[in-house]
Amino acid sequence: MSRQLIFNIFRYNPQDPGSLPRTDTFILEETPSMTLFIALNRIREEQDPSLQFDFACRMAICGSCGMVINGRPGLACKTLTKELPAEITLMPLPVFKLVGDLSVDTGTWFRTTNTKIQSWIHTDQEFDPAVVEERMENDLANAIFELERCIECGCCVAACGTANMREDFVGAFALNRIARFMLDPRDQRSEAEYFEVVGTDQGVFGCMGLLACEDVCPRELPLQDQLGILRRKMGFISLKSLFKPKARAAS
Amino acid sequence: MEYQTFYTDLLCIGAGLAGERVAVEAAANGFETILLSLVPPRRSHSCAAEGGMQASLGNCAMGEGDNPDIHFADTVKGSDWGCDQEVARIFADTAPIAVREAAFWGIPWNRVVAGKAVYYKSGQEFEAVEPQDRHGLITARAFGGTAKWRTCYTADGTGHTLLYTLDNKVTQLGVTVHDRVEAISLIHDGANCLGCVARDLKTGRLRVYLAKATLIATGGYGRLYSETTNTVINEGGGHIVALDTGLVPFGNPEAVQFHPTGIVPTNILVTEGCRGDGGTLLDVDEKRFMDKYEPAKAELASRDVVSRWMMYHIAQGKGVPSPYGDHLWLDIRHLGQKHITTKLREVYDLCRHFLGVDPIHQLIPVRPAQHYSMGGVRTDKNGAAYGLQGLFSAGESACWDMHGFNRLGGNSLAETIVGGRYIGQKVAQYLAGAEAHFDTALVRQFVARDQERIKRLVSGADGKQNVYEIRAAMQDEMMERVGIFRNGADLQKAVENLQAIYARAKKIGLRSNGLGASPELNLALKMPGMLRLAICVAYGALVRTESRGCHARDDYQARNDRDWLNRTLAYWPEAAADLPVLKYEPATKVMYLPPGDRGYGKVEIIPMDAPKEVRP
Repeated sequence: MSRQLIFNIFRYNPQDPGSLPRTDTFILEETPSMTLFIALNRIREEQDPSLQFDFACRMAICGSCGMVINGRPGLACKTLTKELPAEITLMPLPVFKLVGDLSVDTGTWFRTTNTKIQSWIHTDQEFDPAVVEERMENDLANAIFELERCIECGCCVAACGTANMREDFVGAFALNRIARFMLDPRDQRSEAEYFEVVGTDQGVFGCMGLLACEDVCPRELPLQDQLGILRRKMGFISLKSLFKPKARAAS
Repeated sequence: MEYQTFYTDLLCIGAGLAGERVAVEAAANGFETILLSLVPPRRSHSCAAEGGMQASLGNCAMGEGDNPDIHFADTVKGSDWGCDQEVARIFADTAPIAVREAAFWGIPWNRVVAGKAVYYKSGQEFEAVEPQDRHGLITARAFGGTAKWRTCYTADGTGHTLLYTLDNKVTQLGVTVHDRVEAISLIHDGANCLGCVARDLKTGRLRVYLAKATLIATGGYGRLYSETTNTVINEGGGHIVALDTGLVPFGNPEAVQFHPTGIVPTNILVTEGCRGDGGTLLDVDEKRFMDKYEPAKAELASRDVVSRWMMYHIAQGKGVPSPYGDHLWLDIRHLGQKHITTKLREVYDLCRHFLGVDPIHQLIPVRPAQHYSMGGVRTDKNGAAYGLQGLFSAGESACWDMHGFNRLGGNSLAETIVGGRYIGQKVAQYLAGAEAHFDTALVRQFVARDQERIKRLVSGADGKQNVYEIRAAMQDEMMERVGIFRNGADLQKAVENLQAIYARAKKIGLRSNGLGASPELNLALKMPGMLRLAICVAYGALVRTESRGCHARDDYQARNDRDWLNRTLAYWPEAAADLPVLKYEPATKVMYLPPGDRGYGKVEIIPMDAPKEVRP
């Protein structure tokens, strides 16, 4: 016998004057290998065509479908219903602006933050199409790739105590991103320049150390390690600047 | 009439790799650029490209001696001589530059490690010595249909790293990005494209974008099929708005690629890198079969060939039965834990999370699924669309036509940034001399037309047909009769059935109130257009009485270079019609490499100079 699944889903359409925030309940019979991607699409197609949620790749690499699943942020597409109890409560990710129901605007949030932390390779060199590429050790390439694997799904931000309280906190994703650039010899920024970007309360010193970010990361990124390394480096730079106030002021 | 209007030099509809690469080129040349995207750009389907991109750097041992000439020849053979050879030439020549440029922008390409290395081919281990003098240069892996190891990669997340790096570049250059916005019609005066009417997918409000140049870079139309590896947003939106002008042709709509290794049942792709790195295909007896059908290339013949042999082998009763139908196995166990958890890490994760299979110790259930659209908005070699001045297209949405009737693995990711770079330069040149005149009455007319469409869908003025049922009917029809093996009788039936479904699609009425983002309205606005695309695919396939690349006809098994060395151009001039008008042009103006044997797949060919037969 397959289970009857009970879905309690947060509903609110800000564009509909008649809509009030509420929870709607839907019942669905479970099928083999059912994921929340399959379940939500079936609910929309068979029961309520107005239900809003976001999916794109449905294979856990595009980061569209972050939502709070029974109290925990995660990717809906890679969540198998068989791993959940029969009663499933779905809420939109907090921190991000609500588009409607389970759909939130992560795009604006990440673009703003990526602009703020200057998430790109900083170099004063010009690309020369006639020249062979700079050499790099394969191990370093792999190490950069490891940190580059973040898909900006927003789960770490939604699970973050600081981000939930303070709008200007950049979140674990941004600190991981900065760690990625610090590892990359093509980025010519000095440690002091990185300090300008994340050596603040909005950055690495805003973290309260609850570390839910790493617990919920669907990519299993080493967010705690990166945070620790970054803190140590940034702390060291700030100490150095305490002892050399004049040199810093002069520069 | 309430709508917001935006003016810009370049409007890019679609912000995957191709759209962003063109935008970067235009912005770097000082032109104001707006990117429209259905999703935040980093969520585009480009991010799903796993295995890598082809460029003939020739750095690794197995790529020794590679050069653009060999890459060009592989591409033309792969296309089964359906491609535009001038374009394939431009592509092969530019690919190494584009890879190095991407490295300069921050791509962590995997690198050559000097010394002895162990590789696998056809399941057999062998050794190669990577040269000391190339240590640290960009390395490559094997992909199907290539003479050399040429596919540059970052583990199996190449599309992801490219897309993030390009989007970083977009951020750095301050390009305007409007995500969750969908173009629903092009604005044109019969000669010039002036921009588009778009729907804000956060609020449901309409917008107008007016631009000197408009680029369509919306990816493929895989979601016309029920079983596809494509992301849910690859519904052919860009093709729909182009075809709806009645002026811009849909090139080679029937050229649709099936990928050999979609996992069963979800159709999620596992990369060709699995077979490139030495993975094998097994049948119900856990025995290899590709080495018998294709002794030379075995699992690494081109995708059309491997997909067909798989379906053939299943039809011989050699499939593995499952509740989701028969399938075959992909075996990568012999590659070992280290290789699978590093170089094929995404595959490792996908198998565990979506199948509950550990590919280090277990077999992966696979079956061919729709994967790539070679057809698209027909452009010239500069990326300029036929039929409207100021309209361009790049990437999978375009029929720039380096792929002809079959694309090689690693050539699509390459096309996005190679073609994007080249076409971006051409767009910038066009913009340097372009002025546009925007007729406000004309703009109002286009907006009014779309407002009327929305009103009728919401009120149910035309009927109460259910949009989801119509989509499912279309997808099943395409899968059933316009799939891997095709024949005249089935295609005829498919055209008729699709026409009947199209008639229903004109009577869609919403069940919800259509307020706000409304996913139901979003699909309903596209549905008739998706059916027009589907009819183009089926009808193009019906009329093409030969087999070429992915287009395999049981009733016309030969590749017919005498009659069909050409490209289909499907036009939809009459809005009320239920069939496109098909025209044809030669496959290539310049023939560097005359038609011949591909070296894999079947070899029945009717040569260009064969005498004409009297048809019964």
